[in-house]
Amino acid sequence: MHDRSSSGLHLLHDTESSKTVNPQDLPFTVQGMTVAYHHKPVLWGVSYSAPKGCLTAIIGPNGAGKSTFLKAALGLIPKLSGDTKVFGAPIEKVLKRIAYVPQRSAVDWDFPATAIDVVLMGLYGQIGWFRWPSRKHRQKAMDCLKSVGMQDFANRQIGQLSGGQQQRVFLARALAQDSEVYLMDEPFAGVDAATEKAIVAVLRQLVADGKTVLVVHHDLETVRDYYSHILLLNGQHVADGPVETTFTAENLQKAYGGRLASTQLDGLSEASNA
Amino acid sequence: MDIFLQFDLPSILLGSLAALACGLLGNFLVLRKQALMGDAISHVVLPGIVIGFLFTHETSSWAMMLGAGGAAIFAVLLIELIRRIGNVEPGAAMGVVFTTMFAAGVVILEQTGTAGVHLDVEHALYGNLESAIWLDAYSLSDLWNWQVLMTLPESIKQLFVVNMLVIVFIVLFFKELKISSFDPLLSASLGFSPKWLGLSLIVMVAIAAVAAFTAVGSILVIAMFICPAATARMLTDNLKVQLFISGIASLSAGLFGYLLAAFGPGLLGYEFSVSAAGMIAVVAGLQQVLAMLFAPQYGVVMRRRRQRAHASV
Repeated sequence: MHDRSSSGLHLLHDTESSKTVNPQDLPFTVQGMTVAYHHKPVLWGVSYSAPKGCLTAIIGPNGAGKSTFLKAALGLIPKLSGDTKVFGAPIEKVLKRIAYVPQRSAVDWDFPATAIDVVLMGLYGQIGWFRWPSRKHRQKAMDCLKSVGMQDFANRQIGQLSGGQQQRVFLARALAQDSEVYLMDEPFAGVDAATEKAIVAVLRQLVADGKTVLVVHHDLETVRDYYSHILLLNGQHVADGPVETTFTAENLQKAYGGRLASTQLDGLSEASNA
Repeated sequence: MDIFLQFDLPSILLGSLAALACGLLGNFLVLRKQALMGDAISHVVLPGIVIGFLFTHETSSWAMMLGAGGAAIFAVLLIELIRRIGNVEPGAAMGVVFTTMFAAGVVILEQTGTAGVHLDVEHALYGNLESAIWLDAYSLSDLWNWQVLMTLPESIKQLFVVNMLVIVFIVLFFKELKISSFDPLLSASLGFSPKWLGLSLIVMVAIAAVAAFTAVGSILVIAMFICPAATARMLTDNLKVQLFISGIASLSAGLFGYLLAAFGPGLLGYEFSVSAAGMIAVVAGLQQVLAMLFAPQYGVVMRRRRQRAHASV
């Protein structure tokens, strides 16, 4: 576990960000990324650098390329241009410093695996080729299940878990990866209130431990409560920065266009004045 | 006894080993929703087999297997290429490549005059299981005699080696095959390329398919890639246990399938026996049906019973 006192340092560092930033201090930087599916562009020249040690929401309308942004940045899908640096190094060299949580629908939950099996998969990178997980790895996987409140379900086949429980298993797997940067694709999609609370607690703990966390998020009403920073996308980079200054009606209008009812916008800007 | 050793045992070994090689790999095909890949690959490898045969002029040679492996790799790369350039869905690309390569194999087969030898349609469908004989065996002690063992038919020895390869492949890459089958995105992000793992799985499938194909024909090959794995899946939620169960299901299908084919009609008073490869596939299918009906957790019977118990509460 990381020293808790270090999180304060990160915040200090962040607010006083000097003009000459050392690229090795930037946890996750994407330069000019363009992605197209079947000749139809999804993302145009998106450049972005994630603030270190912060919890950032990636928001934008449906089809804005939020999931695509994460997948392409990780090199999981082909892109036309753009590159990703993690602490100044090309991402493919430092995959172990990044943990990625795919959407729950990305996998087959009928797979013959138990909850602890899935969490153990997060440790495969550390275990390496050819070797089998040891008791130590099993212990660690169990600890991660505990921290999302799923220890009682360790030996349950994953298809017999509820949606929220499945999402928590995914989260435990990401924790097991013990990375410095966490990229999560809609962890809150279709989960119950208890799971939502558990996930938020884990995200906060990660940030307190000095990790950098990026989350694709859908529910605009909770953005202000959960996150300190946002990245707004709508095929292009619209805006990014701290919630207080960036999560404004004006920026949202730009990202969502007519798709966001004006009453919704009013509600959100009222919240920002409060 | 010596009749059993000379005529029955080799056929049982051949059928069981062919079933085992395909049955074990089938687990991963079924989990990756590529169950019919075994079928497709057994067609794609035809030009490779024929070219291998042209080099050595003997069936069940290693050259044929190399040709098959090469043809499988070629097919997978070609599918990827067509998918990218032609901008079509993977299923369409597969359809184009599989049929074209099979057709090419048939053309080479006919044009080079090899069609009459051993590579004909009947053998392709039903295989050559009953023709395996081991004339050097006279007593049970021969089973421990290395020199006599080495006189086993070439196809059995070859399948034995292929099974060893398959088992080593699965043990070495168990973790990697598991993660890339379950979650390709995570697998890729951890540095275990699902593409390379998928390709190596397909090459192993091609090798197993060819080794089994020349011995027992394509019907058995297709059945064995799917049935034991699907049977085992009904009985457990643990992938390791599933692999063991599928192995046992494959071997027992080989054993009982042959025994039923050879002696079943005799027990009923008929003077003939039926195709052993066909009967092995039938037994594998029956295993699947039994598992679907009576599996403790997923079987229809137990599920009904649970529902009824639930309803009466």
